[in-house]
Amino acid sequence: MTIAAKANSLWEYANPRKFLATSERVLPFFWISAGLCLVIGLTWGFFFTPDDYKQGSTVKIIYLHVPAALMAVNCWLMMLATSLVWLVRRHHVSALAARAAAPIGIVMTLIALATGAIWGQPMWGTWWAWDPRLTSFLILFLFYLGYVALWEAIEDPDTAADLTSVLCLVGSVFAILSRYAVNFWNQGLHQGASVMRAGAVTGTDTEEKVSNIYFYPLLLCIIGFVLLFIALVFYRTGTEIRARRIKALLARERVNG
Amino acid sequence: MIALLLRDLKLAFRAGGGFGLGLAFFLIVTVLVPFSVGPQSSLLTTIAPGVLWLGALLACLLSLDRLLALDWEDGSLDLLATAPLPLEAVVTIKALAHWLTTGLPLVLAAPFLGVLLNLPVPGFSWLVISLLLGTPAMSVIGTFGAALTVGLKRGGLLLSLLVLPLYVPTLIFGAEVARRGATGMETQTPLLMLAGITAATVALLPFASAAVLRINLR
Amino acid sequence: MIPDLGKYADTVLWSYVVSIGLLIALVAFSVIRGRKMRAEMEKVEQRMSRNG
Repeated sequence: MTIAAKANSLWEYANPRKFLATSERVLPFFWISAGLCLVIGLTWGFFFTPDDYKQGSTVKIIYLHVPAALMAVNCWLMMLATSLVWLVRRHHVSALAARAAAPIGIVMTLIALATGAIWGQPMWGTWWAWDPRLTSFLILFLFYLGYVALWEAIEDPDTAADLTSVLCLVGSVFAILSRYAVNFWNQGLHQGASVMRAGAVTGTDTEEKVSNIYFYPLLLCIIGFVLLFIALVFYRTGTEIRARRIKALLARERVNG
Repeated sequence: MIALLLRDLKLAFRAGGGFGLGLAFFLIVTVLVPFSVGPQSSLLTTIAPGVLWLGALLACLLSLDRLLALDWEDGSLDLLATAPLPLEAVVTIKALAHWLTTGLPLVLAAPFLGVLLNLPVPGFSWLVISLLLGTPAMSVIGTFGAALTVGLKRGGLLLSLLVLPLYVPTLIFGAEVARRGATGMETQTPLLMLAGITAATVALLPFASAAVLRINLR
Repeated sequence: MIPDLGKYADTVLWSYVVSIGLLIALVAFSVIRGRKMRAEMEKVEQRMSRNG
Protein backbone atom coordinates (compact mmCIF):
# COMPACT_ATOMS: atom_id res chain seq x y z
CA MET A 1 0.00 0.00 0.00
CA THR A 2 1.28 3.43 -0.85
CA ILE A 3 1.92 6.12 1.69
CA ALA A 4 -0.93 8.24 0.38
CA ALA A 5 -3.38 5.42 0.86
CA LYS A 6 -2.06 4.87 4.35
CA ALA A 7 -2.50 8.50 5.29
CA ASN A 8 -5.96 8.32 3.85
CA SER A 9 -6.85 5.24 5.84
CA LEU A 10 -5.60 6.95 8.96
CA TRP A 11 -8.16 9.67 8.38
CA GLU A 12 -10.79 7.18 7.36
CA TYR A 13 -10.49 4.90 10.33
CA ALA A 14 -8.20 5.93 13.15
CA ASN A 15 -10.05 9.02 14.21
CA PRO A 16 -13.56 7.65 13.73
CA ARG A 17 -12.41 4.62 15.73
CA LYS A 18 -11.39 6.82 18.59
CA PHE A 19 -14.64 8.70 18.29
CA LEU A 20 -16.62 5.48 18.39
CA ALA A 21 -14.76 4.25 21.46
CA THR A 22 -15.23 7.54 23.29
CA SER A 23 -18.87 7.84 22.38
CA GLU A 24 -19.45 4.25 23.45
CA ARG A 25 -18.06 5.21 26.86
CA VAL A 26 -19.98 8.44 27.37
CA LEU A 27 -23.25 7.56 25.62
CA PRO A 28 -24.88 5.65 28.52
CA PHE A 29 -24.29 8.67 30.75
CA PHE A 30 -25.99 11.00 28.28
CA TRP A 31 -28.92 8.68 27.57
CA ILE A 32 -29.62 8.13 31.25
CA SER A 33 -29.23 11.73 32.36
CA ALA A 34 -31.28 12.97 29.40
CA GLY A 35 -34.03 10.52 30.27
CA LEU A 36 -33.92 11.48 33.94
CA CYS A 37 -34.01 15.22 33.26
CA LEU A 38 -36.85 14.89 30.79
CA VAL A 39 -38.94 12.57 32.93
CA ILE A 40 -38.47 14.65 36.07
CA GLY A 41 -38.81 17.97 34.30
CA LEU A 42 -41.89 17.04 32.31
CA THR A 43 -43.55 15.32 35.28
CA TRP A 44 -42.80 18.30 37.48
CA GLY A 45 -44.11 20.68 34.85
CA PHE A 46 -47.15 18.66 33.94
CA PHE A 47 -48.35 17.57 37.38
CA PHE A 48 -46.95 20.02 39.89
CA THR A 49 -47.11 23.51 38.44
CA PRO A 50 -50.16 25.74 38.84
CA ASP A 51 -52.16 27.07 35.90
CA ASP A 52 -51.37 30.50 34.62
CA TYR A 53 -54.08 33.02 35.49
CA LYS A 54 -54.40 34.10 31.87
CA GLN A 55 -53.45 31.08 29.82
CA GLY A 56 -54.89 28.40 32.04
CA SER A 57 -53.32 24.99 31.78
CA THR A 58 -51.91 25.67 28.32
CA VAL A 59 -48.88 27.16 30.02
CA LYS A 60 -47.71 23.57 30.53
CA ILE A 61 -46.94 23.36 26.82
CA ILE A 62 -44.00 25.65 27.47
CA TYR A 63 -41.98 22.69 28.83
CA LEU A 64 -41.92 21.15 25.36
CA HIS A 65 -42.25 24.15 23.14
CA VAL A 66 -39.40 26.33 24.36
CA PRO A 67 -36.75 23.58 24.67
CA ALA A 68 -37.64 22.22 21.24
CA ALA A 69 -37.44 25.68 19.69
CA LEU A 70 -34.09 26.31 21.37
CA MET A 71 -32.70 23.02 20.14
CA ALA A 72 -34.01 23.61 16.63
CA VAL A 73 -31.85 26.72 16.38
CA ASN A 74 -28.89 25.31 18.31
CA CYS A 75 -28.88 22.24 16.10
CA TRP A 76 -28.38 24.42 13.06
CA LEU A 77 -25.60 26.28 14.86
CA MET A 78 -23.94 22.99 15.66
CA MET A 79 -24.22 21.93 12.02
CA LEU A 80 -22.71 25.25 11.01
CA ALA A 81 -19.78 24.71 13.38
CA THR A 82 -19.14 21.13 12.28
CA SER A 83 -19.46 22.13 8.62
CA LEU A 84 -16.79 24.76 9.16
CA VAL A 85 -14.56 22.22 10.88
CA TRP A 86 -15.01 19.86 7.94
CA LEU A 87 -14.21 22.53 5.38
CA VAL A 88 -11.12 23.71 7.27
CA ARG A 89 -9.75 20.55 8.85
CA ARG A 90 -11.28 17.84 6.62
CA HIS A 91 -12.26 15.87 9.71
CA HIS A 92 -14.66 13.17 8.52
CA VAL A 93 -16.39 12.73 11.86
CA SER A 94 -17.29 16.39 11.77
CA ALA A 95 -19.11 16.20 8.44
CA LEU A 96 -20.90 13.05 9.52
CA ALA A 97 -21.94 14.69 12.79
CA ALA A 98 -23.57 17.49 10.80
CA ARG A 99 -25.37 14.92 8.72
CA ALA A 100 -26.46 13.03 11.82
CA ALA A 101 -27.75 16.19 13.47
CA ALA A 102 -29.97 17.42 10.65
CA PRO A 103 -32.89 15.01 11.17
CA ILE A 104 -32.83 15.84 14.88
CA GLY A 105 -33.16 19.49 13.92
CA ILE A 106 -36.10 18.63 11.69
CA VAL A 107 -37.88 16.84 14.52
CA MET A 108 -37.17 19.68 16.96
CA THR A 109 -38.51 22.23 14.49
CA LEU A 110 -41.57 20.06 13.94
CA ILE A 111 -42.19 19.80 17.68
CA ALA A 112 -41.83 23.54 18.10
CA LEU A 113 -44.20 24.21 15.20
CA ALA A 114 -46.73 21.57 16.21
CA THR A 115 -46.92 22.58 19.87
CA GLY A 116 -47.01 26.20 18.75
CA ALA A 117 -49.98 25.50 16.48
CA ILE A 118 -51.81 23.48 19.12
CA TRP A 119 -51.09 26.18 21.67
CA GLY A 120 -52.03 28.97 19.32
CA GLN A 121 -55.44 27.52 18.59
CA PRO A 122 -57.07 28.40 21.94
CA MET A 123 -54.79 31.38 22.66
CA TRP A 124 -55.02 33.36 19.43
CA GLY A 125 -58.01 31.54 18.00
CA THR A 126 -56.04 30.24 15.05
CA TRP A 127 -53.76 27.30 14.34
CA TRP A 128 -51.40 29.38 12.37
CA ALA A 129 -50.59 33.06 12.28
CA TRP A 130 -47.90 34.55 10.08
CA ASP A 131 -46.12 35.80 13.12
CA PRO A 132 -42.44 36.54 12.45
CA ARG A 133 -41.31 33.89 14.86
CA LEU A 134 -43.54 31.16 13.47
CA THR A 135 -42.62 32.11 9.94
CA SER A 136 -38.90 32.01 10.68
CA PHE A 137 -39.27 28.52 12.05
CA LEU A 138 -41.11 27.42 8.98
CA ILE A 139 -38.27 28.78 6.85
CA LEU A 140 -35.75 27.04 9.09
CA PHE A 141 -37.70 23.84 8.52
CA LEU A 142 -37.37 24.31 4.76
CA PHE A 143 -33.63 24.85 5.13
CA TYR A 144 -33.33 21.59 7.05
CA LEU A 145 -35.31 19.76 4.38
CA GLY A 146 -33.08 21.10 1.61
CA TYR A 147 -29.96 20.21 3.55
CA VAL A 148 -31.05 16.63 4.17
CA ALA A 149 -32.26 16.25 0.58
CA LEU A 150 -28.87 17.35 -0.74
CA TRP A 151 -27.10 14.81 1.49
CA GLU A 152 -29.38 12.07 0.22
CA ALA A 153 -29.01 13.05 -3.43
CA ILE A 154 -25.24 12.87 -3.81
CA GLU A 155 -23.46 9.56 -4.22
CA ASP A 156 -19.87 10.40 -3.37
CA PRO A 157 -19.64 11.00 0.39
CA ASP A 158 -16.82 13.55 0.26
CA THR A 159 -18.53 15.61 -2.42
CA ALA A 160 -21.76 15.42 -0.44
CA ALA A 161 -19.97 16.59 2.70
CA ASP A 162 -18.37 19.50 0.86
CA LEU A 163 -21.54 20.62 -0.88
CA THR A 164 -23.75 20.37 2.18
CA SER A 165 -21.17 22.25 4.22
CA VAL A 166 -21.16 25.13 1.75
CA LEU A 167 -24.95 25.02 1.64
CA CYS A 168 -25.00 25.18 5.44
CA LEU A 169 -22.75 28.25 5.45
CA VAL A 170 -24.68 30.08 2.73
CA GLY A 171 -27.97 28.91 4.23
CA SER A 172 -27.01 30.31 7.62
CA VAL A 173 -26.46 33.76 6.16
CA PHE A 174 -29.77 33.61 4.33
CA ALA A 175 -31.56 32.22 7.39
CA ILE A 176 -30.44 35.23 9.40
CA LEU A 177 -31.42 37.53 6.54
CA SER A 178 -34.82 35.86 6.37
CA ARG A 179 -35.27 36.34 10.09
CA TYR A 180 -34.85 40.10 9.72
CA ALA A 181 -36.83 40.21 6.50
CA VAL A 182 -39.72 38.37 8.10
CA ASN A 183 -39.67 40.70 11.09
CA PHE A 184 -39.82 43.63 8.76
CA TRP A 185 -42.47 42.06 6.54
CA ASN A 186 -44.86 41.36 9.33
CA GLN A 187 -44.54 44.82 10.84
CA GLY A 188 -45.29 46.06 7.38
CA LEU A 189 -48.49 44.07 7.40
CA HIS A 190 -49.75 44.52 10.93
CA GLN A 191 -48.46 47.63 12.49
CA GLY A 192 -48.48 47.18 16.24
CA ALA A 193 -51.24 44.61 16.15
CA SER A 194 -51.81 43.29 19.65
CA VAL A 195 -52.57 39.72 18.62
CA MET A 196 -49.21 39.55 16.96
CA ARG A 197 -47.48 40.81 20.06
CA ALA A 198 -49.07 37.93 21.91
CA GLY A 199 -47.11 35.81 19.45
CA ALA A 200 -44.03 36.74 21.42
CA VAL A 201 -45.36 34.51 24.19
CA THR A 202 -43.82 31.58 22.41
CA GLY A 203 -40.37 33.04 22.35
CA THR A 204 -37.37 33.39 24.51
CA ASP A 205 -37.88 37.09 25.09
CA THR A 206 -40.65 36.32 27.55
CA GLU A 207 -38.47 33.98 29.50
CA GLU A 208 -37.56 36.69 31.95
CA LYS A 209 -41.22 37.11 32.58
CA VAL A 210 -41.72 33.44 33.36
CA SER A 211 -41.93 33.25 37.11
CA ASN A 212 -39.87 30.85 39.20
CA ILE A 213 -42.59 28.24 39.58
CA TYR A 214 -42.44 27.64 35.87
CA PHE A 215 -38.78 28.41 35.42
CA TYR A 216 -37.14 25.54 37.31
CA PRO A 217 -39.01 22.70 35.60
CA LEU A 218 -38.50 24.55 32.32
CA LEU A 219 -34.77 24.74 32.97
CA LEU A 220 -34.72 21.03 33.73
CA CYS A 221 -36.55 20.31 30.49
CA ILE A 222 -34.14 22.46 28.52
CA ILE A 223 -31.20 20.60 30.06
CA GLY A 224 -32.96 17.36 29.25
CA PHE A 225 -33.42 18.35 25.62
CA VAL A 226 -29.78 19.40 25.36
CA LEU A 227 -28.60 16.10 26.82
CA LEU A 228 -30.93 14.15 24.58
CA PHE A 229 -29.63 16.09 21.59
CA ILE A 230 -26.03 15.30 22.53
CA ALA A 231 -26.83 11.63 23.05
CA LEU A 232 -28.65 11.43 19.73
CA VAL A 233 -25.87 13.22 17.86
CA PHE A 234 -23.23 10.90 19.32
CA TYR A 235 -25.29 7.83 18.59
CA ARG A 236 -26.30 8.86 15.09
CA THR A 237 -22.77 9.98 14.20
CA GLY A 238 -21.61 6.51 15.23
CA THR A 239 -24.22 5.05 12.91
CA GLU A 240 -23.07 7.26 10.05
CA ILE A 241 -19.45 6.30 10.66
CA ARG A 242 -20.39 2.63 10.48
CA ALA A 243 -22.46 3.16 7.34
CA ARG A 244 -19.50 4.92 5.81
CA ARG A 245 -17.12 2.15 6.82
CA ILE A 246 -19.40 -0.49 5.35
CA LYS A 247 -19.41 1.44 2.10
CA ALA A 248 -15.62 1.74 2.11
CA LEU A 249 -15.14 -1.94 2.94
CA LEU A 250 -17.53 -3.07 0.22
CA ALA A 251 -15.80 -0.81 -2.28
CA ARG A 252 -12.45 -2.29 -1.34
CA GLU A 253 -13.88 -5.78 -1.60
CA ARG A 254 -15.07 -5.05 -5.11
CA VAL A 255 -11.65 -3.74 -6.10
CA ASN A 256 -9.76 -6.70 -4.59
CA GLY A 257 -12.05 -9.53 -5.51
CA MET B 1 -15.24 37.22 -20.71
CA ILE B 2 -17.31 39.09 -23.23
CA ALA B 3 -16.86 36.24 -25.67
CA LEU B 4 -18.27 33.84 -23.08
CA LEU B 5 -21.20 36.13 -22.41
CA LEU B 6 -21.95 36.45 -26.11
CA ARG B 7 -21.69 32.70 -26.54
CA ASP B 8 -24.13 32.10 -23.70
CA LEU B 9 -26.56 34.63 -25.05
CA LYS B 10 -26.34 33.16 -28.55
CA LEU B 11 -26.95 29.69 -27.18
CA ALA B 12 -29.94 30.88 -25.22
CA PHE B 13 -31.49 32.43 -28.30
CA ARG B 14 -30.72 29.54 -30.59
CA ALA B 15 -31.60 26.65 -28.32
CA GLY B 16 -35.28 27.51 -28.70
CA GLY B 17 -37.05 26.34 -25.55
CA GLY B 18 -34.92 28.15 -23.01
CA PHE B 19 -35.44 31.73 -24.00
CA GLY B 20 -39.04 32.89 -23.89
CA LEU B 21 -40.23 29.90 -21.94
CA GLY B 22 -39.85 31.81 -18.70
CA LEU B 23 -41.88 34.65 -20.15
CA ALA B 24 -44.65 32.30 -21.27
CA PHE B 25 -44.70 30.76 -17.81
CA PHE B 26 -44.94 34.19 -16.23
CA LEU B 27 -47.87 35.00 -18.51
CA ILE B 28 -49.68 31.78 -17.71
CA VAL B 29 -49.30 32.17 -13.95
CA THR B 30 -50.66 35.69 -14.17
CA VAL B 31 -53.60 34.58 -16.30
CA LEU B 32 -54.42 31.69 -13.99
CA VAL B 33 -54.54 33.81 -10.85
CA PRO B 34 -57.89 35.51 -11.61
CA PHE B 35 -59.33 32.08 -12.41
CA SER B 36 -58.34 30.79 -9.01
CA VAL B 37 -59.20 33.77 -6.80
CA GLY B 38 -62.09 35.26 -8.75
CA PRO B 39 -62.39 38.26 -11.04
CA GLN B 40 -63.16 41.00 -8.47
CA SER B 41 -60.93 43.85 -9.53
CA SER B 42 -60.48 45.22 -6.00
CA LEU B 43 -59.10 41.89 -4.83
CA LEU B 44 -56.83 41.66 -7.84
CA THR B 45 -55.57 45.16 -7.18
CA THR B 46 -54.60 44.16 -3.67
CA ILE B 47 -52.73 41.03 -4.59
CA ALA B 48 -51.29 42.16 -7.94
CA PRO B 49 -47.81 43.20 -6.72
CA GLY B 50 -47.35 39.98 -4.77
CA VAL B 51 -48.64 37.77 -7.57
CA LEU B 52 -46.43 39.44 -10.15
CA TRP B 53 -43.41 39.05 -7.91
CA LEU B 54 -44.18 35.41 -7.24
CA GLY B 55 -44.77 34.77 -10.93
CA ALA B 56 -41.46 36.35 -11.85
CA LEU B 57 -39.70 34.36 -9.14
CA LEU B 58 -41.17 31.06 -10.31
CA ALA B 59 -40.41 31.83 -13.95
CA CYS B 60 -36.84 32.56 -12.92
CA LEU B 61 -36.68 29.32 -10.93
CA LEU B 62 -38.00 27.31 -13.84
CA SER B 63 -35.11 28.26 -16.09
CA LEU B 64 -32.38 27.56 -13.54
CA ASP B 65 -31.76 23.90 -14.22
CA ARG B 66 -30.66 24.69 -17.79
CA LEU B 67 -28.25 27.30 -16.51
CA LEU B 68 -25.24 25.03 -16.12
CA ALA B 69 -26.64 21.66 -17.17
CA LEU B 70 -25.98 22.10 -20.91
CA ASP B 71 -22.37 23.08 -20.33
CA TRP B 72 -22.01 20.22 -17.89
CA GLU B 73 -23.34 17.66 -20.34
CA ASP B 74 -21.19 18.61 -23.30
CA GLY B 75 -18.11 19.03 -21.12
CA SER B 76 -17.53 22.71 -21.84
CA LEU B 77 -17.74 23.36 -18.12
CA ASP B 78 -14.55 21.33 -17.62
CA LEU B 79 -12.91 23.42 -20.31
CA LEU B 80 -14.05 26.61 -18.65
CA ALA B 81 -12.70 25.40 -15.32
CA THR B 82 -9.24 24.88 -16.79
CA ALA B 83 -9.35 28.10 -18.78
CA PRO B 84 -7.29 31.08 -17.56
CA LEU B 85 -10.53 32.82 -16.61
CA PRO B 86 -11.20 32.31 -12.88
CA LEU B 87 -14.26 30.22 -12.15
CA GLU B 88 -15.70 33.07 -10.10
CA ALA B 89 -15.84 35.15 -13.25
CA VAL B 90 -17.34 32.28 -15.20
CA VAL B 91 -20.25 31.88 -12.78
CA THR B 92 -20.77 35.63 -12.70
CA ILE B 93 -20.99 35.67 -16.49
CA LYS B 94 -23.36 32.71 -16.36
CA ALA B 95 -25.57 34.54 -13.88
CA LEU B 96 -25.43 37.69 -16.01
CA ALA B 97 -26.42 35.73 -19.11
CA HIS B 98 -29.28 34.15 -17.19
CA TRP B 99 -30.42 37.54 -16.02
CA LEU B 100 -30.26 39.02 -19.52
CA THR B 101 -32.22 36.16 -21.03
CA THR B 102 -34.70 35.57 -18.20
CA GLY B 103 -34.69 38.33 -15.61
CA LEU B 104 -34.70 41.33 -17.93
CA PRO B 105 -37.55 40.08 -20.15
CA LEU B 106 -39.57 39.39 -17.01
CA VAL B 107 -38.99 42.93 -15.81
CA LEU B 108 -40.08 44.32 -19.17
CA ALA B 109 -43.16 42.09 -19.33
CA ALA B 110 -44.29 42.78 -15.77
CA PRO B 111 -46.07 46.12 -16.47
CA PHE B 112 -48.18 44.57 -19.22
CA LEU B 113 -49.19 41.73 -16.95
CA GLY B 114 -49.84 44.31 -14.27
CA VAL B 115 -52.61 45.70 -16.49
CA LEU B 116 -54.24 42.28 -16.51
CA LEU B 117 -54.27 42.22 -12.72
CA ASN B 118 -55.60 45.76 -12.37
CA LEU B 119 -52.43 47.08 -10.77
CA PRO B 120 -52.94 50.70 -9.63
CA VAL B 121 -51.13 53.32 -11.70
CA PRO B 122 -48.45 54.39 -9.17
CA GLY B 123 -47.57 50.72 -8.72
CA PHE B 124 -46.17 50.26 -12.22
CA SER B 125 -42.96 52.17 -11.79
CA TRP B 126 -42.32 50.64 -8.38
CA LEU B 127 -42.99 47.17 -9.71
CA VAL B 128 -40.46 47.64 -12.48
CA ILE B 129 -37.91 49.19 -10.13
CA SER B 130 -38.27 46.45 -7.54
CA LEU B 131 -38.03 43.69 -10.15
CA LEU B 132 -35.10 45.39 -11.81
CA LEU B 133 -33.32 45.44 -8.46
CA GLY B 134 -34.43 42.01 -7.32
CA THR B 135 -34.02 39.79 -10.38
CA PRO B 136 -30.19 39.99 -10.45
CA ALA B 137 -30.15 38.59 -6.93
CA MET B 138 -32.46 35.80 -8.06
CA SER B 139 -30.15 34.96 -10.97
CA VAL B 140 -27.05 34.92 -8.75
CA ILE B 141 -28.71 32.84 -6.03
CA GLY B 142 -30.06 30.56 -8.71
CA THR B 143 -26.58 30.09 -10.14
CA PHE B 144 -25.44 28.95 -6.72
CA GLY B 145 -28.28 26.44 -6.60
CA ALA B 146 -27.53 25.26 -10.13
CA ALA B 147 -23.86 24.85 -9.24
CA LEU B 148 -24.83 22.77 -6.19
CA THR B 149 -26.98 20.35 -8.16
CA VAL B 150 -25.16 20.35 -11.48
CA GLY B 151 -23.85 16.82 -11.25
CA LEU B 152 -27.16 15.25 -10.33
CA LYS B 153 -29.36 13.32 -12.73
CA ARG B 154 -32.68 14.71 -11.58
CA GLY B 155 -31.55 17.87 -9.87
CA GLY B 156 -34.49 20.03 -10.92
CA LEU B 157 -36.78 19.40 -7.99
CA LEU B 158 -33.93 19.41 -5.50
CA LEU B 159 -32.77 22.69 -7.03
CA SER B 160 -36.16 24.25 -6.26
CA LEU B 161 -36.10 22.94 -2.71
CA LEU B 162 -32.63 24.39 -2.16
CA VAL B 163 -33.14 27.72 -3.90
CA LEU B 164 -36.62 28.68 -2.72
CA PRO B 165 -35.68 29.24 0.94
CA LEU B 166 -32.78 31.36 -0.26
CA TYR B 167 -35.21 33.49 -2.24
CA VAL B 168 -37.23 34.40 0.85
CA PRO B 169 -35.49 37.68 1.79
CA THR B 170 -35.42 38.91 -1.81
CA LEU B 171 -39.09 38.08 -2.29
CA ILE B 172 -40.13 39.70 0.96
CA PHE B 173 -38.37 43.01 0.34
CA GLY B 174 -39.10 43.06 -3.38
CA ALA B 175 -42.80 42.39 -3.04
CA GLU B 176 -42.92 44.84 -0.14
CA VAL B 177 -41.51 47.61 -2.36
CA ALA B 178 -44.05 46.81 -5.08
CA ARG B 179 -46.94 46.62 -2.60
CA ARG B 180 -46.03 49.81 -0.80
CA GLY B 181 -45.51 51.55 -4.13
CA ALA B 182 -48.92 50.41 -5.33
CA THR B 183 -50.66 51.71 -2.20
CA GLY B 184 -48.71 54.95 -2.12
CA MET B 185 -46.70 54.27 1.02
CA GLU B 186 -43.05 55.19 1.40
CA THR B 187 -40.79 52.58 -0.11
CA GLN B 188 -37.35 53.70 0.91
CA THR B 189 -36.56 51.13 3.61
CA PRO B 190 -37.48 47.94 1.72
CA LEU B 191 -35.96 49.40 -1.42
CA LEU B 192 -32.65 49.93 0.36
CA MET B 193 -32.81 46.46 1.88
CA LEU B 194 -33.54 44.94 -1.52
CA ALA B 195 -30.67 46.85 -3.09
CA GLY B 196 -28.42 45.75 -0.23
CA ILE B 197 -29.33 42.10 -0.68
CA THR B 198 -28.76 42.28 -4.41
CA ALA B 199 -25.43 44.05 -4.02
CA ALA B 200 -24.24 41.60 -1.36
CA THR B 201 -25.30 38.47 -3.25
CA VAL B 202 -23.84 39.71 -6.54
CA ALA B 203 -20.58 40.52 -4.79
CA LEU B 204 -20.20 37.48 -2.55
CA LEU B 205 -22.23 34.54 -3.79
CA PRO B 206 -20.16 33.92 -6.98
CA PHE B 207 -17.31 32.84 -4.68
CA ALA B 208 -19.55 30.22 -3.09
CA SER B 209 -20.87 29.16 -6.49
CA ALA B 210 -17.36 28.80 -7.87
CA ALA B 211 -16.25 26.83 -4.81
CA VAL B 212 -19.21 24.51 -5.18
CA LEU B 213 -18.59 24.10 -8.89
CA ARG B 214 -14.96 23.19 -8.22
CA ILE B 215 -16.10 20.49 -5.82
CA ASN B 216 -18.53 19.15 -8.40
CA LEU B 217 -15.94 19.17 -11.16
CA ARG B 218 -13.38 17.35 -9.02
CA MET C 1 -54.00 11.20 38.61
CA ILE C 2 -54.10 13.65 35.74
CA PRO C 3 -54.36 17.17 37.10
CA ASP C 4 -57.38 19.25 36.29
CA LEU C 5 -56.51 20.92 33.03
CA GLY C 6 -59.72 22.85 32.76
CA LYS C 7 -61.07 23.69 29.37
CA TYR C 8 -57.67 23.42 27.73
CA ALA C 9 -57.21 19.72 28.49
CA ASP C 10 -57.26 18.74 24.82
CA THR C 11 -54.72 21.36 23.88
CA VAL C 12 -52.23 20.40 26.56
CA LEU C 13 -52.61 16.65 26.17
CA TRP C 14 -52.34 16.79 22.42
CA SER C 15 -49.18 18.83 22.47
CA TYR C 16 -47.64 16.39 24.95
CA VAL C 17 -48.72 13.39 22.90
CA VAL C 18 -47.45 14.86 19.64
CA SER C 19 -44.12 16.04 21.03
CA ILE C 20 -43.30 12.95 23.03
CA GLY C 21 -44.46 10.80 20.14
CA LEU C 22 -42.11 12.62 17.78
CA LEU C 23 -39.23 12.33 20.22
CA ILE C 24 -39.80 8.62 20.72
CA ALA C 25 -40.08 8.11 16.98
CA LEU C 26 -36.78 9.92 16.47
CA VAL C 27 -34.99 7.88 19.11
CA ALA C 28 -36.51 4.63 17.89
CA PHE C 29 -35.61 5.36 14.30
CA SER C 30 -32.05 6.27 15.26
CA VAL C 31 -31.62 3.14 17.37
CA ILE C 32 -33.07 0.82 14.73
CA ARG C 33 -30.82 2.22 12.04
CA GLY C 34 -27.86 2.17 14.44
CA ARG C 35 -28.43 -1.50 15.29
CA LYS C 36 -28.75 -2.41 11.64
CA MET C 37 -25.55 -0.63 10.67
CA ARG C 38 -23.66 -2.14 13.58
CA ALA C 39 -24.73 -5.64 12.64
CA GLU C 40 -23.98 -5.08 8.99
CA MET C 41 -20.55 -3.71 9.74
CA GLU C 42 -19.68 -6.71 11.85
CA LYS C 43 -20.84 -8.98 9.09
CA VAL C 44 -18.78 -7.21 6.45
CA GLU C 45 -15.74 -7.00 8.70
CA GLN C 46 -15.88 -10.70 9.48
CA ARG C 47 -16.15 -11.56 5.83
CA MET C 48 -13.20 -9.30 5.09
CA SER C 49 -11.01 -10.88 7.76
CA ARG C 50 -11.93 -14.35 6.58
CA ASN C 51 -11.04 -13.55 3.02
CA GLY C 52 -7.87 -11.84 4.11
